[in-house]
Amino acid sequence: MSTHSIVNEGFLRPEPPLTPRTKEFWTSGHDGVLRIAQCDDCGQWMHPPQPVCRSCQSRSISSTAVAGTGTVFSYTVNRYQWSPTIEPPYVIAEVALDDADVVLMTALIDCEIHAVSIGMPVDVCFAISGDTFIPLFRPVTP
Amino acid sequence: MSTHFEASAVVSGIGMSQVGRRLELDPWLLTTEAALEAIFDAGLTTDDIDGISTYPGAMWSTPGITGAGCDDVRSMLGLRTKWHSGGGERPGQLGAVIDAMLAVHAGLANHVLCFRTVWESTAQQYLGGRSAALNKAANGKILPFGRELDQWTAPYGIGYPSHGALRMQRYMTESGATREQFAQLALVSRANAALNPNAIHRDPMTVDDYLDSRMISDPLCLFDCDVPVDGSVAVIVSQAGTTDSSRAVSFQAIGSAAGVNESCSMMWSRTDLRPPDIDIAEIYDGFTIYAVEWIEALGLCAKFEAGALLEGGARISLNGEIPVSTNGGQLSAGRLHGFGSFHEACLQLRGEAAERQVPRTPQIAAVTSGAEQFSSALLLGAPR
Repeated sequence: MSTHSIVNEGFLRPEPPLTPRTKEFWTSGHDGVLRIAQCDDCGQWMHPPQPVCRSCQSRSISSTAVAGTGTVFSYTVNRYQWSPTIEPPYVIAEVALDDADVVLMTALIDCEIHAVSIGMPVDVCFAISGDTFIPLFRPVTP
Repeated sequence: MSTHFEASAVVSGIGMSQVGRRLELDPWLLTTEAALEAIFDAGLTTDDIDGISTYPGAMWSTPGITGAGCDDVRSMLGLRTKWHSGGGERPGQLGAVIDAMLAVHAGLANHVLCFRTVWESTAQQYLGGRSAALNKAANGKILPFGRELDQWTAPYGIGYPSHGALRMQRYMTESGATREQFAQLALVSRANAALNPNAIHRDPMTVDDYLDSRMISDPLCLFDCDVPVDGSVAVIVSQAGTTDSSRAVSFQAIGSAAGVNESCSMMWSRTDLRPPDIDIAEIYDGFTIYAVEWIEALGLCAKFEAGALLEGGARISLNGEIPVSTNGGQLSAGRLHGFGSFHEACLQLRGEAAERQVPRTPQIAAVTSGAEQFSSALLLGAPR
């Protein structure tokens, strides 16, 4: 897998709580790598993380490093302020990862809000908030 | 097929409080208005009511999304109940009605008061408006209680409309449906609302009004969203045969699975009726995309063909082949959260919808509530 940048957006996103179930996902970006929960026995990918495999009920679940690349499954330009620190307009997207069968609900940054399209290739980066590394995506620059 | 428990119960009475924007009224008063009207409509008294069922009940939630709990109502109306149930984890808001049917079928209760009270319009005004009221973060930290799901959306500034918008964008791209076609849901609802004195927004709407309205979360605009209101709806679910049958609306089938398509498949598996038998569809329209998903899931058209069904609006209007949201829906009559649609279906089936009565009194109504994994679908039949 490749490592990805930590970005400074100039504001702090709301910090998700770290719990035994979600800590590995929200802190994975500390070394620039995105990790997704995967069943050790049957390979099933799961997001959000969970302590048991939904396919084979194995309790052996690991956070597996992935490439951090994907494509836009859907997107929207949000116009409302839902969080005190995040100024609209901004792009919210569902990103289908290239090498893990999951879709992440996330935000797209560093892109013109009208230049997004379904199928557009994107790449992960991370924004720090407190103890967490929040995965964001931006267009892959050719 | 499993036991057709649906035949055990009927809708014996319906009631609706005053409905409005920022009424600044006690939500218990709204609940009382609806409950007493429904009990009276059923030909019953408070002494007859022995069960209560509601969504979501007295729970922590976004402001104004709940106006009273089971025990509030039991105590307030002096009811002597044998069974009650309130909660948010139901198959759609109308899961509260399905629970009441089960209680009646099981013999735990004879007459269940089901209600839904909202006072979002007033509650959110108290808290500085909708965005402020729904803000999930405090001091930069996501509240560690409440719905754990918030951690997946709050860091990204994802509000409810964006969930609908993501589905709408994907749907439009895959199906080729246009904003002009989505607009027809808003326009037809508004035209129906003009004939409903209790509706919130009754002024005519044009396609240009829709296209020019402000974007909330592209491509979802203001008129793709329903309207938060204050109001209460109550319905009485009774043991079949115990009340005036000339006014009793029957349950033909229910679907309570997790998912819009799954709920509709389950519903159809429990009846010999088929989609062409639906005379009116009172579908959940919290966002227009949810209505589109229900239209297709019910089988009113094929997958990705809702755009063609909506085109021009004629086919879904009061005089069309499949009238939808005949009271104006949540888009124009207000967000009574599934219960408003249920109330309207009963009025139509009883032939009591006055100016907006669908010609040739409908015999079968589809009513749906919720969206995504939180969903239920019901087929109701006219009194016989």
